[in-house]
This record gives sequence, C-alpha cells and structure tokens, in this order.
Amino acid sequence: MNIPVVEKILSSNDTLADENRAMLDAAGVFGINMMASPGAGKTSLIEMTLQRLGGELRLGVIEGDLATSLDAERAQRAGATAIQINTGGNCHLEAYMIRDALRQLPLSELDLLIVENVGNLVCPANWKLGTHKNILVASIPEGDDKPYKYPGMYRGVEAVVINKVDLLPYVPFRMDYFKQGIEVLNPGVEIFSLSCRTGEGMEAWLTWLKGLRQ
Amino acid sequence: MHELSVTQNILSIALKHAGQAESITDIYLVIGQLSSMVDDCIQFYWDIISEGTIAQGARLHFKRLPAMMHCQHCQTEYPLHETSFVCPTCATTNVVLVSGDEFYVESIQVQGDPI
Repeated sequence: MNIPVVEKILSSNDTLADENRAMLDAAGVFGINMMASPGAGKTSLIEMTLQRLGGELRLGVIEGDLATSLDAERAQRAGATAIQINTGGNCHLEAYMIRDALRQLPLSELDLLIVENVGNLVCPANWKLGTHKNILVASIPEGDDKPYKYPGMYRGVEAVVINKVDLLPYVPFRMDYFKQGIEVLNPGVEIFSLSCRTGEGMEAWLTWLKGLRQ
Repeated sequence: MHELSVTQNILSIALKHAGQAESITDIYLVIGQLSSMVDDCIQFYWDIISEGTIAQGARLHFKRLPAMMHCQHCQTEYPLHETSFVCPTCATTNVVLVSGDEFYVESIQVQGDPI
C-alpha cells in the first residue's frame, strides 16, 4: 500500500524555528542570522557593528562554532551580551541550539540579536533558526564565482554584505559578474559593499540594521 | 556531516505516516540539486538508525531533481551551469531559478493496514 506523504524533511526544525521567532517577537528582539565561509569577516563585522551601535541599541550575540569560545569573548569585549554554542563538529546551527541559547539570554534587556553561524558556505541556509533576517557575508579574496558555486546559500538570504572591498585593487574580482550571479539567484536582495578594516561603507549597513527594528 | 539528523527526520516522518502498518518497505525521497545531501551518507545512517523499527530494511529511493533555470525573455528552460547564468538561447540574464531546492518525503510503501 502506498501512502502519499509530501512532508519537508526539515519540517521539525522549521517548527522549532517558528517557536524561536515567537519568543523573539514576544520580547521585542529583532534577530539576524549571519552566515559566511570561514574568514569572510563575520566576527569582525559583528565587532564593528557592536562598536558603532552599542550606544543606541542593546545588543546580544549567539556565536556558533565547532569549538572554542574565542568569538564570544571578542563579542563580549565589544560590549555585547554573548553566548557561545559549540556544535562539536556539526557544520551548521539548528533551531534547537538557538532555543537553548535564547533561554540563557536576558531577552527583555535586548533590542537586536545577532547569531553568528558556523563558517560554511554549503548548508547553513537550509536550517531556519527563527531569526527575522538571514545575511550572507562574502569577501573579495574568496573570488567572484561564489554565487555560482554555492547557489543554495545565496538563495536563502535577505541581504549580502561584501566585505574587504579595500582589497579590490589587489585581487582579481569582477564585481559585475559577482552581483549578476546574486541578482539571478535572489532578485532584489539588499547588497552592502564595505570594509571592516577601513570602515568604508559601514554607514549604509548600520542604517539598514537600525531600520529593521521599526 | 548533517546527514545523521536529516536521516532521523526521515525516519520519524515515515513512522508517523505508517501508523499501525506492519512494516515500511520503501521510502521515496525528492532531493533537489541545491540541497546539500549525500545519498550514500543518508543510506549509511539509515541502516543504523532504522534497526529495530518497522522501517528496518526499507529501501530508500532518491529522486534527484536538477536545478533548472527559466528565461523570462525567451522562455527557454535549461540546467543551472556553474560558471554562468546567461541564457544559452538569447544571451540575456533575465532568468530565474525554478527548481532545485526540493527536499521532502514524497511517499512511503507499507505492508499491513496503517489505521
């Protein structure tokens, strides 16, 4: 006997993600999920964001990493309430990990929560966390072919940050080709070009982030 | 490295839909090209975690769907290419991705009455 099912394999994760979203909404916290390959500059972007917005918004950070609490310590030094999740080898964060972390955070004392996903361009976007926006941090030295090689990740986000634009004079990188790939996969997605090192382009990113809460 | 939790989800979905059936003999999965899943890896975990359940020994069938592009200018459909998204017919980039994200259990085959 054949039984039709048609159920998404990750539906149980999606359900937990919805519960996380409700928890954030009830506390009035806006959540973003930041994804990238290792070394793109996620932690640097979080540090810069904390330094620039720390006076206006109360910020929390959930750091996902295979091991160590180095990133959470960096976020704490930059002024955030930070929780570290060590995935113990798992290649992405899942909604149940975020649920556990949310229970440890003083949500009523936060305005914006940034989740730093595990550095990986293959699968994190498949697992919803319950955050309001997914953001991909790309960087110039990674090369301009990444949207073409990792289309799944570029599909699953609401904004792309292109970091390390100060290296454009030194690295072959066709910005038009890169942006064309993103535009095909994800029409109308927000794109921010910036450098965490020089501060160039940070203003547009920060303005967008602040606007999300309204 | 994420296939273990994925395989556990497949098992729980299959068991839920099988109800009171005696056994599950086949599970049909639909996996788009952009879902980062490895068939062999799912099969490896499946043999371990289905042991002792009514799904033990069930055959997993993987229906792989290619990632397809659709040109909104000339209506050509063509498979996603890794280095260029330009339409092979009219050379525009007025194209959208129309499939490849799929990742679901389509159906199961059981022996015995599920109710």
